[in-house]
Amino acid sequence: MPVQIDIDHVAKLARLQLRDDEKVQLAAQLGQILEHAARIGEVAAEDVPPTASPIPRANVYRNDEIEPSLPVDEALRNAPERTGDRFGVPRIAETGS
Amino acid sequence: MTTPLCDLTGAELAAKLAAGEASASQILASSHERIDAVDGDVRAFLTPTPRLAAERADELDAYLSTGAPQSPVAGIPVALKDVFTTNGVRTTCGSKILDSYVPPYDATAWTRLAGAGAVLVGKTNCDEFAMGSSNENSAYGPVHNPWDLERVPGGSSGGSAAAVAAGETVWALGTDTGGSVRQPASLCGVVGLKPTYGRVSRYGLIAFASSLDTVGTFTRSVRDAGSMLQVVAGHDPRDATSLDVPVPDYVAGLEDGVGGMRIGVVAEAFGQGVEPAVEASVRAAIDRFAGLGADVGEVLLPHAAYALSAYYLIAPSEASSNLARYDGVRYGLRAEGDHADSIAMMFATRGEGFGPEVKRRIMLGTYALSAGYYEAYYGQAQKVRTLVIRDYETAFERFDILVSPTSPTTAFRIGDKADDPMAMYLNDIFTIPANLAGVPAISVPCGLDDAGLPIGIQLTAPALHEQTLLRTAHALESDLALRMRPPLLEDVGT
Repeated sequence: MPVQIDIDHVAKLARLQLRDDEKVQLAAQLGQILEHAARIGEVAAEDVPPTASPIPRANVYRNDEIEPSLPVDEALRNAPERTGDRFGVPRIAETGS
Repeated sequence: MTTPLCDLTGAELAAKLAAGEASASQILASSHERIDAVDGDVRAFLTPTPRLAAERADELDAYLSTGAPQSPVAGIPVALKDVFTTNGVRTTCGSKILDSYVPPYDATAWTRLAGAGAVLVGKTNCDEFAMGSSNENSAYGPVHNPWDLERVPGGSSGGSAAAVAAGETVWALGTDTGGSVRQPASLCGVVGLKPTYGRVSRYGLIAFASSLDTVGTFTRSVRDAGSMLQVVAGHDPRDATSLDVPVPDYVAGLEDGVGGMRIGVVAEAFGQGVEPAVEASVRAAIDRFAGLGADVGEVLLPHAAYALSAYYLIAPSEASSNLARYDGVRYGLRAEGDHADSIAMMFATRGEGFGPEVKRRIMLGTYALSAGYYEAYYGQAQKVRTLVIRDYETAFERFDILVSPTSPTTAFRIGDKADDPMAMYLNDIFTIPANLAGVPAISVPCGLDDAGLPIGIQLTAPALHEQTLLRTAHALESDLALRMRPPLLEDVGT
């Protein structure tokens, strides 16, 4: 049976604006894909450890040395909006009263 | 008629350069002529770089004329899938959201090729963010298979595969997260190598699914695949997952043959869903291994049946996290309009900038990671991944190399599977397990079907056994001695 999912909730988590027609299509397609994917539930794996990466490794640290970094102008070159030496964005907080 | 330079292998070109029979500029000119002749139809390139390439070839010729020691890669035209960052050259990932993105740095794999004297001919088309198996998910339109322009080249590295098949470039880099090098190589009749995870740095490879993404090569011979891997392989401090182990000589033992080699035929990879012509061709290739002295047996990978399901939870989960960075703030598209706040701007930007398949996978991954579903989907998929890895470990106790078809079918018609995501995902059923396990695999042409479309055989080896993989692939390639030349090129001449 296709899996029912709350498209609006998931889209909100994903910060994804969807048109109504996209929502209808995604609900159907994701339901079908998840129905197939849910087959992994058939595998008895309670005692099996999960694998996150094919190469088991602990944290990899670099030496604590100062290296040259990207100049500010280079780092900002692709920015949709620049404000001085910063990325410009629409407001992110109320200014208060 | 002499063979145009662009149709030679890298090894042949290196010999011509060394003998003074060709210059880097002449090789490049041959590649450009071919692009001019066929790319209007094939559409492999998103951003050709003819002026940069010409300057580079001139520099190389000046350097070579001094009699200085020569790298075997010098002067070889290389194309890069448009997911590798290139300093100063637009990099789109096949997405509208990065339409005008010009990276300020080079991917390590390209830095190494460039350092060895390779010439960048351009950036190739691909499925958006490398998500797809047909190249139809590119925001810039599909690539057409040089063997039949009505058909897909496979994906997601479809442009790189098609460009090598059509002689528009001699070598190309692609990326393989679930088969995106091997499957298009199979459908376009070229050699596609996916090395061990971590063998090649991912620095500058724009991330799709970080625990699966692997840099891979497209060439027209197995020897060239070894030569190309030789250059790009190795530890890179900029990628914490790159392996800090020595890089062996990938070309030296190529001719050693397969006498006594234990070759396991993956039993589950035949039967349902596999086209009869594909099965027949792959089985005939397996018979050749036996004829060459290999010890051929059958092997089971019991959890491979669940690999596809696990992959379509793990890869989208990682993608949903990786693609959070496209928020209209630091680079890429920002949706126009008067946004109430930054969050509204992000919603609008992502809704406008991503195409349907990318949205599908972001949604799928977000769901699989969300509260209440994580354990049943993502958590369980990670456990199945462990079992897939154990299957390989067991199989490699008995066998040196595993074989299967690369893809269940030959190239399908553009549009045939575009509206059915599940049917599209099944293209990768034989290639996905190697990504989950991180082991190296290669697709080698092994024949044509009745419609004259290429068929590929996939060989898989244990982690870091690329030498065995290449040696086995080379033995088959030499024994088959196929002439893989798309009919399109008969009309092109030189």
